[in-house]
Parts: sequence; structure tokens; C-alpha cells
Amino acid sequence: MNTLFHYLPLLLLAAGWELVARLGLVSQLALPPLSHVLLAWVDMVRSGELVSNGASSLWRAAAGLLLAIAVGAALGIAMAWWRPVYAALGPLVEVFYPMPKSALIPVTVLWLGFGDGSKILLIFLGCMLPVTIGAFNGARGSDQALVWSARSMGASRLRMLWDVVVPSALPEMLNGIRTALALAFILLVSSELIVAREGLGYLIGYLGANGTYDAMYAVVLTVAFLGFAADGAYQALMRRLLLWRE
Amino acid sequence: MARVASTNAKTRPHVLQALHALGGALAHALPIIALALSWEALAASGAFTPFQLPRLSAVLARIWTDAIAGDLALNSALTLYRALTGFAIAAMSGVVLGMAMSRNTAMRWLFDPLVSVGFPMPKIAFLPVIMLWLGVYDLSKIAMVVLDAIFPVVTATVAGIASVDRHLLWSARNLGASEREVLREIVLPAASAQIMTGLQVALPIALIVAVVAEMLMGGYGLGGAMVHASRFADSHGVFAGILEIAIVGYALVKAMTFLRRRLLIWHQEALRPSTV
Repeated sequence: MNTLFHYLPLLLLAAGWELVARLGLVSQLALPPLSHVLLAWVDMVRSGELVSNGASSLWRAAAGLLLAIAVGAALGIAMAWWRPVYAALGPLVEVFYPMPKSALIPVTVLWLGFGDGSKILLIFLGCMLPVTIGAFNGARGSDQALVWSARSMGASRLRMLWDVVVPSALPEMLNGIRTALALAFILLVSSELIVAREGLGYLIGYLGANGTYDAMYAVVLTVAFLGFAADGAYQALMRRLLLWRE
Repeated sequence: MARVASTNAKTRPHVLQALHALGGALAHALPIIALALSWEALAASGAFTPFQLPRLSAVLARIWTDAIAGDLALNSALTLYRALTGFAIAAMSGVVLGMAMSRNTAMRWLFDPLVSVGFPMPKIAFLPVIMLWLGVYDLSKIAMVVLDAIFPVVTATVAGIASVDRHLLWSARNLGASEREVLREIVLPAASAQIMTGLQVALPIALIVAVVAEMLMGGYGLGGAMVHASRFADSHGVFAGILEIAIVGYALVKAMTFLRRRLLIWHQEALRPSTV
């Protein structure tokens, strides 16, 4: 009941959409009624169009993001742990972090073509730095007392890295990954909209160019929902991973 | 700590101090210079075709020609105009909406689910819808920027206002401040650090979205010029575009950090060393 009341504005928005379109307040071309959009969605799921394109999009996002997390976390912790690494990479991170990564779309296409490779590379490049910065800030902020006590109890340098620095870097790193997750979806959709032959972004562009707007809205809503659901799932995972923090 | 260090530095002779600063800047620039040199060397070695990786010197020459012809100024001015107009609208309406949500339960009830659902959504997917409604000119590009940049501002404003110290509010009310005075003298200044953080998140987003929108809709602007170059397989133009966009992004983020330090100089955070 409480959640229903909480999400009531969304239902109102949906009802308003249906009403505005049905009453002809705006052209049905510009805004097809929500019911038509839902029907188009069911059609596309049945025909497998949405599922196959969705699967290829999700594979690109997942592959790029996982690569970015692995490399980004390793870089960030290395930067916090070894000064030479920081001296070498710190300025580069600082210069490349504010760069709008979508600028790389044409180059990744130039290098790897229209397929999966260019999308995965783009997502990897775009998502790596938020993870790196999160891991770096987290690892750098690890409690000095913990490091000292680990050392006084005879932990080796590598063991200290694994048992003290990595866990204390975790909360900020997980936050960095959340930013990266949102970025992955943005980069995925924009690169697929601009150049692709399959994927949800491609489907949106294709349907829009064909003028089948109810189907286009259905895919747009699907992408929006996927982004929202991924964030929700990630936050639940994050809470579980951080249960050890009081 | 920071204060002790700075007084120590002042007692050093000026020349030494300047040399020290110069050395620091040099050490800072070294990795970037190394990257630039290895780009040039890699491209000159013939491991890649000039199409895949043109020489840095050739790309810089291209930027120079663009600059002389006036294209560079026109394109960057248009991109900046779209990104900054959208950002300004998003910043103002985001702060106002966040304030309204903090003060009014009905507003909060209405907008809270919209914000919590809308924030994590990849809003760029709505770009074809916006194009359908508003066309392919500045209006739709700016609308897209606003749609994307407003969410971090709203959430930061709500969070900032929620974390204002109660005692400050109570004492102000106790001293007879009106609601309006409490808002102007207590709530906004106390929340300003978090609002500023929200703006710092929103600004790069505004630039990203402006560039992507230009890439998709074509026309003038840094993103449009880049897509144009890539359609004609003009890889010098593509790489020049990347460098130009990177420089604009860097300048914007640095300007924002500078602004934050100026605006929040009274804030306790100004005493802490800042990161990034």
C-alpha cells in the first residue's frame, strides 16, 4: 500500500500520457498512446526482435564494464600503493577524466568497425576512470592505524595490500562502479544510435527512421527500464557487499 | 597541517620556491609529454596506417588550420553555448525543484519517484523522441542537455538541505528569523557545498550530452564536425575533434573547480587539500 502510494505519481504520469494521446491534445504521431506502445512491445518480444537486440546490447555493456572494473580497480589501487605509478599515471588520469568519452565513438569505429568490438572498447575506456578514481581515493584513505597494526603483526606487503588496503578501498570503489554502470548505458545507447547494425540503440534509430513510433517508444522505455533495474540491482549487491561495515 | 606547511614555504627564498614550483609542474607534465611523444613515434613507425592513427603533429597542424579558418572557434562556441545554456537551465531549475521538494510534502510526493526512477535511466535513449518533438536544431539539443543534467542537481540539493545542522535552524528561528531569512541565511549557504558538488557532476554530463546530440543530429558544433569528418573517412579531422573536445572538457572542469574554491572559500572544506 505504501509503495503503491509512493509510486502513484508514475501511474498518474502513465494515465496522463494515455489520456493526452487519446484525446488528441498532441498528435498521435508525436506521442502514440501508452497502450499502443505496450502492444508494440509485446509484439516485438514475440517476434524475438527485442530479445536478440537486447542480448547483444547487454553483452556489450557487460563485457566493457567488467573489463573496466578489473583494469580500473587494479590501476587505482596500484596508484595509491606505489608512488612511481602515481607519478606516471596521476597526470594522465587528471587530463583524461573530464574528457567526454563519447568523443571517442568515431575513433573506436575507425579502429574496430561497426560490430561488438568498438562498443566494448568504448565502454571500457569510458568506464575505467571512475572506477580508478574511486579505488584510488578509497585505497589512499585506508586507516593508517590498520596498516601499522597489520605491519606490526608481521604481514607481508602483498598481504597488507590484500587484507587491509583492498577492503578499505571497497566502499569508494563500489561508488565509482555505480557511476561507471550509468556511464556504460549512456555510452552503449549513444554509440549504437550513431553507428551499429544491431542492439537496442540501433533498433531505436531504425524504428524512428521508419516512422513506427509506437515501437520506438517501446524500445526507449525498455532501455530506460534496463538502466533503472541495473542500478537497483547494483545497489542491492552493494549493500550486501558492505554488510561488514556497521 | 596545510597552514603549517604554507608558512614554512614562505620562509624559503623566492627563487628556490619558484624553481620548486617549476619542477613540480614539469614532473606533472612529463607523463603527458611522454604520451604525446609515443603517439608520434608509434604513428611514424608505420605499425598503423595513417588512417588508423595519424601523426600527432599532423593532427595539431589540422587543428591549427581549423583555428585559422575560424571553424574551430565557431564549432567550439556552438558546442559550449548548447552545453552551458542547458547546464544553466538545469542548475537553476534543479536547485529550485530541490528546494521545493525539501519544503513541500506534496512536491516531494510528486517528484520523488520521478527523480529516483529518472536519475539512473540512460536518458540519452530519449534523444530520438526529443528530435521528433523539437526538431534537430539548438532547442532539442539544449532540451536534451537539461533533461540529463538536472537530476544530479536536484538530488544534491535535496540531500544538501536535508543535512543542514538542526541547531543552526533552531537558533535562527529562535532569534526570530522569518522562513525566508532562514532559507537565505542558513539553508542555502549550509547546503551550498553539496549543491556545488551536484553542479560539478552535472557540468561534464552537459558537455557529453551536447556532443552526442550534435553527433546524432549533425550540423555545426564539435560533435557534428567530428561525425562529418568520420563519414568522409577524414581521420585527421576525427582525431582533431577528440583533442578539441578533450581540451574544452578539461577547461570546463578546471573552471568549475576554481569557481568552487572561490565561492566556498569561507567553507571549512577550503582548508582541506582538494583532490582531482
